Amino acid sequence: MAAATSLPEAELAKALVMEPVEPSHWLIILPIAWCIMFGAVLIALRKSTDRQPLIALPGLGGLVLMTGLLLKVVVDNGPITMTMGRWLPPFGIAFTVDIMGALFAFAGAIAALAAGIYALKEVDSSSRRYGFYPFLLLMMAGVTGAFLTGDIFNLYVWFEVLLIASFGLLILGSEHEQIDGAMKYAILNLMGTTLFLIATGYLYSIFGTLNMADIAVRSKEMTDAAPLMTLASLYLLAFAMKAAAFPVNFWLPASYHTPRVAVAGVFAGLLTKVGVYALIRTLIMLLPAGHRELGFVLELVAASTMIVGVLGALAQNDARRMFGYLVISGIGVMLAGIALGTQDALSGAVFYALHSMIAMLAIYLLGGVANKLSGTHELSWMGGLYGKSPLSAVFALAIFFSIAGLPPFSGFWPKVMLVKASFESQDWWLAGTILLTGFLTTITLGRFFALAWWRPGLAGQAGETLPAKMDTSAMIAVAALVVVITGFGVLPNGLMALTDKAAEGVLNPAAYIQSVFPEGAPEQ
Amino acid sequence: MNTLIFRTMAPYLTALMVLFSVFVLLRGHNMPGGGFIGGLIAASAFAIQGIAGGVAAVRRALWFHPMAISAAGLFFAGFAGLMSIPFEVPFMTALWVFPKFFGTEVALSTPLLFDIGVYLVVTGSITSIALALEEREDL
Amino acid sequence: MEAVFAVVVGIFFAFAIYLMLSKHTIRILLGVAIMGNAVNLLLFASGRITKEVPPIIPPAGDILGAGAANPLPQALILTAIVISFSFFAFLLVLAYRAYQDLNTDNTDEMRLAEPEDQPLPPLGY
Repeated sequence: MAAATSLPEAELAKALVMEPVEPSHWLIILPIAWCIMFGAVLIALRKSTDRQPLIALPGLGGLVLMTGLLLKVVVDNGPITMTMGRWLPPFGIAFTVDIMGALFAFAGAIAALAAGIYALKEVDSSSRRYGFYPFLLLMMAGVTGAFLTGDIFNLYVWFEVLLIASFGLLILGSEHEQIDGAMKYAILNLMGTTLFLIATGYLYSIFGTLNMADIAVRSKEMTDAAPLMTLASLYLLAFAMKAAAFPVNFWLPASYHTPRVAVAGVFAGLLTKVGVYALIRTLIMLLPAGHRELGFVLELVAASTMIVGVLGALAQNDARRMFGYLVISGIGVMLAGIALGTQDALSGAVFYALHSMIAMLAIYLLGGVANKLSGTHELSWMGGLYGKSPLSAVFALAIFFSIAGLPPFSGFWPKVMLVKASFESQDWWLAGTILLTGFLTTITLGRFFALAWWRPGLAGQAGETLPAKMDTSAMIAVAALVVVITGFGVLPNGLMALTDKAAEGVLNPAAYIQSVFPEGAPEQ
Repeated sequence: MNTLIFRTMAPYLTALMVLFSVFVLLRGHNMPGGGFIGGLIAASAFAIQGIAGGVAAVRRALWFHPMAISAAGLFFAGFAGLMSIPFEVPFMTALWVFPKFFGTEVALSTPLLFDIGVYLVVTGSITSIALALEEREDL
Repeated sequence: MEAVFAVVVGIFFAFAIYLMLSKHTIRILLGVAIMGNAVNLLLFASGRITKEVPPIIPPAGDILGAGAANPLPQALILTAIVISFSFFAFLLVLAYRAYQDLNTDNTDEMRLAEPEDQPLPPLGY
């Protein structure tokens, strides 16, 4: 504190945090710092591939533990804030966690842990040497940072952190297909984040602040809606690109089927949901005026994303590409909730996003299991999986029912909430689209199940000679995810209450603002 | 790029640039400079040596793999932030000590540690990219 | 001054988008690099352009001198430069690898991940 000591204490208190930090508030920053430290250690140890999982899995387990505790603290005490380097907001960078951020971070940590377990046997040692676990940990730092930050430029930085780690994960095997997919993924995602940065530049010139709570206060006071519209449209385009919404979704099916299954699963589970999370934050919490104006556009985008996604999935012969299109279709369902913007709809969107994080990872991992058993990813060649592994058929049914939105699995409840919310808002056609998408998804996945599991093994098929034994670690990971899906399908009440609170906190961010500015927002 | 003059000058140039990069790093707290720009200078020094004397020689001289240097930097930077836990101040708060070495007061701080971390991250990652690109040219 | 900056930023974006519409990866990359600079200029202009006083606190004082430039956009630009620089370096390596491995820099011919003649899924057993 050399530079500041010449000022009296009273003056300093205006700019700096003077009280000691509450120990529980460390949970805001610890998950991120934890991931970075573990990532650093793992990079240094990248040559000893046997020891890597021994460090990475406790790291990911610790992440689950910390984000779980954080969720508990936030649910008990309301949103909490920590300011970096003592500088008070709006000048210092603040990390603010509300229920929505904590929920997303917790679900993301669970997904990452499952992928880490699945990768124990699946990711060979050459991919480990290229850095599967270090990049996974660094990507989790980016993802968790994006969910927990309370500063819009900081959100951009975390987007870039997770993006550069995802590049590393995408090209792990350096296969030709992967490089082809990575080119498209890298350039289009870079465009998306650049758009985000442009929007943030405009936002700064309009509001003169980057702190989300501060922006939320000021945008309510703002009477001139035109600049807000510009901002909202730019953010919509940027985050729709990250979330892979129609018509800017084409990078996803071009790249998500090329990397290792565990990598593709984490991407499908987490990365697009970061885009959805950012859309909810910016459009609903920061720029509600822009959201009202854009409502119809958002509904159109949501409906076409759902339909294009599921039609694309119907037309794919490669199972992994089919999953990619199903991810897009799921994004459409979440966008429908964001478009409606009522508390029930938002609650449904958040629930669906959490369900989708787990379920999409599960379906990719299941695809990996099916590939191990049959030796192919192509629907026309898969067959006889039920005979080889009845357990995998049980898992497959649970996951497929959940993604198609059938009871008693986790995908059912958010769809009920969303359909109900759209009836309440008199949006019959949006409700119809959600139901139609569910129906088409059922057909897509039912066909996959019939072809791959029910159909007897084909003569001369590649997998005929393969052993019918699965790695235990892979099956444990899938089983754990299935338990989560089924658990929240049978007992959805607790999570529903949480997502209701999360939606309320975003629609009415008074508690969020209170946590950043305990003595009221600063004068402009 | 394999001229005699360049090959003779490159080691001196590299040594000078690495020294200068440390100077830029250390003056960075209150004056223009800092870890990022220092790291870039160091990385370009290794790139020059790689062009002149071959990539293998640079890798040998560095001893550590560039990615390991990056990892160490990331660790230092994270550690500098976490130092504030025992002092009950928020993450990344600047903490200073002024120990005396041979009668001279030296200002040490967590921002300095963080900046060294940034320096190592930039040096490591840019050097590894530059060396990877130069390696291909040899083929 | 702002008007001049606005025009310059516009020209930069126009160049960048024109280059990015090309089929060849190297031109797309040049477009990405120019676009990064366009955004940096935009951020700079969004912090209002003031007199040429750098936002550096003099050794004797505790606060910025009068008329100093807004330091925040400069910090943002610095961060953005660092990020766009590292991305550009990564993309260069990636494009070079793609050129070596796929034997083309024409994005129309990069169809390995999405082959044109992919069959439809079977209609029955």
